[in-house]
Amino acid sequence: MRGAKILLESLKKEGVDTIFGYPGGVLLSLFDEIYNEKEIKFYLVRHEQGASHMADGYARSTGKVGVCLATSGPGATNLVTGIATAYMDSIPIVALTGQVATSHIGNDAFQEVDITGITRPIVKHNYLVRNSKDIPQIVKNAFHIASTGRPGPVLIDLPKDILAGEVESFVYPETPNLLGYKPKYEPNKMQIKKAVELIEKAKKPIVYIGGGVIASSAYEELLKFIEKIEAPVTTTLLGIGVVPYNHPLYLGMLGMHGTKYANYAIQESDLIIAIGARFDDRVTGDVKTFAPHADIIHIDIDPTSISKIIRVDIPIVGDAKNVLKDLLSEIKEKRHPEWIERIMQWKKQHPLTFSCAGEGLKPQMIVEKISELAGPDAIISTEVGQNQMWTAQFYKFTKPRKFLSSGGLGTMGYGFPAAIGAQVANPDKLVIDIAGDGSIQMNIQELATAVKYNLPVKVAILNNGWLGMVRQWQELFFGKRYSYTDISGSVDFVKIAEAYGAAGFKVEKEQNVEKVLKEAFNIKKPVLIDFHICGEENVWPMVPAGGSLHNMLEETELA
Amino acid sequence: MEKKKTISVMVENHPGVLARIAGLFSSRNFNIESLAVGETEDPATSRMTIVATGDELVLEQIIKQLNKLIDTLKVIDMSKEDYVERELALIKINTEDKNLTHLMHIIHIFKGKVLDTATDSLIVEITGNDDRINSFTQLVQTFGIKEMVRTGIVALTRSKKQKE
Repeated sequence: MRGAKILLESLKKEGVDTIFGYPGGVLLSLFDEIYNEKEIKFYLVRHEQGASHMADGYARSTGKVGVCLATSGPGATNLVTGIATAYMDSIPIVALTGQVATSHIGNDAFQEVDITGITRPIVKHNYLVRNSKDIPQIVKNAFHIASTGRPGPVLIDLPKDILAGEVESFVYPETPNLLGYKPKYEPNKMQIKKAVELIEKAKKPIVYIGGGVIASSAYEELLKFIEKIEAPVTTTLLGIGVVPYNHPLYLGMLGMHGTKYANYAIQESDLIIAIGARFDDRVTGDVKTFAPHADIIHIDIDPTSISKIIRVDIPIVGDAKNVLKDLLSEIKEKRHPEWIERIMQWKKQHPLTFSCAGEGLKPQMIVEKISELAGPDAIISTEVGQNQMWTAQFYKFTKPRKFLSSGGLGTMGYGFPAAIGAQVANPDKLVIDIAGDGSIQMNIQELATAVKYNLPVKVAILNNGWLGMVRQWQELFFGKRYSYTDISGSVDFVKIAEAYGAAGFKVEKEQNVEKVLKEAFNIKKPVLIDFHICGEENVWPMVPAGGSLHNMLEETELA
Repeated sequence: MEKKKTISVMVENHPGVLARIAGLFSSRNFNIESLAVGETEDPATSRMTIVATGDELVLEQIIKQLNKLIDTLKVIDMSKEDYVERELALIKINTEDKNLTHLMHIIHIFKGKVLDTATDSLIVEITGNDDRINSFTQLVQTFGIKEMVRTGIVALTRSKKQKE
């Protein structure tokens, strides 16, 4: 059996049903096997970056490992952005790359790059396969590493001769052979005890959750926990969806574009219980003034996340679900009426709002409309920038794994291919990419993929003619010197959609928003909607970079 | 406050392991003072002895990050152990128009070995801990050090003494 066949058989043993990828010279023997493959569906993309984000969208929307494939050299380097995106957000993907024949490695051969070297800092682990018979064990290890502990991307580099090489028989190993890799799932009982003591003493506790709660599927335990100790809960961008937007204890997102009440609550709290979150700078603002009165309990499966940025009082290494179960069984019911009352006051005084002044549609209104019409099971991806923040602020999520967004890396061009990947994994669900006119153009070629495989993804472009978030910073911090952020009139999106065989709409009037959305949601093919929004709308409120969470800028303060 | 730590890392002897460790230090902005690598009693395992500097939070982070690497089998924070450490240095010292008796005297005190002699220079081997090698180099500075190479520190934990 050839190495290429061994690879496909190994992938099937891992339950792989989908690969997003692109062929190339060194992959010919693998594509020759894929040609006859029945159980794995292959999606041919138009740019390898698209394949990497599709694998990511597939993974985020299902919790399964996403798989992408690219040839050596430029094919492999085109995956890099997608791999880094998955790494920063702890998303399990396995990236397969072709490599020149082992005898040519190091010779600067045609389409050779050292992709294991290039990706080393942005993968959880990577492999260069040096013998065809090693393929099964390496695949086993790769999937195990990608999907366990703190998930992340793993790359397998496959030289041409390794894929073409013959192996006598195919035996798939039952277990990975990783001597030094043992993620810690069960928390230390002593730490649980200490945490319980602190929680029981706290008068103003707040729970701060991140993507780790989703990775560990700890939704139910989390809700029980916050209800049992009556603690308000705030989320990072990646934790959105874990707590339904209308839960009385929910404060929405915190940080730079978080709600005022979430940030105020953090600043005044006496105990932060951080779960599967990592105190990113977009969350903390100035570390020195972050939560000055709070003790911190930090629950994370990755010990390196703990005390990396802020020294915590009680570290608990373990899987969020297990830790929460243990805490629930140890802890007594708690009530904090005064604290909750104070937060309710803030909620009333500082709700997320937007003014309706100015020309053009209000982007926040469009997000709210999509939210209203799409239903609770719709999957929403975003690009990066204002479109992403407005979605995070105004979309009413009620379930996890419905919001796909590049948080850590902030990858423009992520949302559309991620939506395609999510649509492949969820053929019966409505999948919508909320985009900007800048970022959609970074992977717009994937319209061809969506049309070719009849994936009815919807793209709502919030078109303001600007690279909006950068323009916002230029307006606020650089004297309105709009250096290279004006992209107005760059393209006719309706014609682009039609040229690719998708449907396109342009919406300029408020009364058409709902009508067009409804129509688009009923079209069984990809649809691109070009919403002309008011040009200089900003994302409010805002903590300037490096500022303190209690000093949030608001629109009215600047007028 | 900046501190120095000797860390022993047992890793699987795979190609690219050294690059992963070195890459970790550069990409995470950690300071590395020395790094010595070699095979252990088990040829499938290598031991890296790393001397790193940083404040307490950084040193703690270094140990955690080393542990996180998939190829890492074990990380030992030597500062928490009873251990011995040694480094070897080869130093080429200028001897032209110099008082050789005085130089030989210093070499003798430091239990150094002369490995090579030429008309204008000597190569001396010195083993010891960091301080010992530093004091030797300071003392022979007046003669003029033409070239020097150091292995970096290697360290092993002591076995538990019987019947404590």
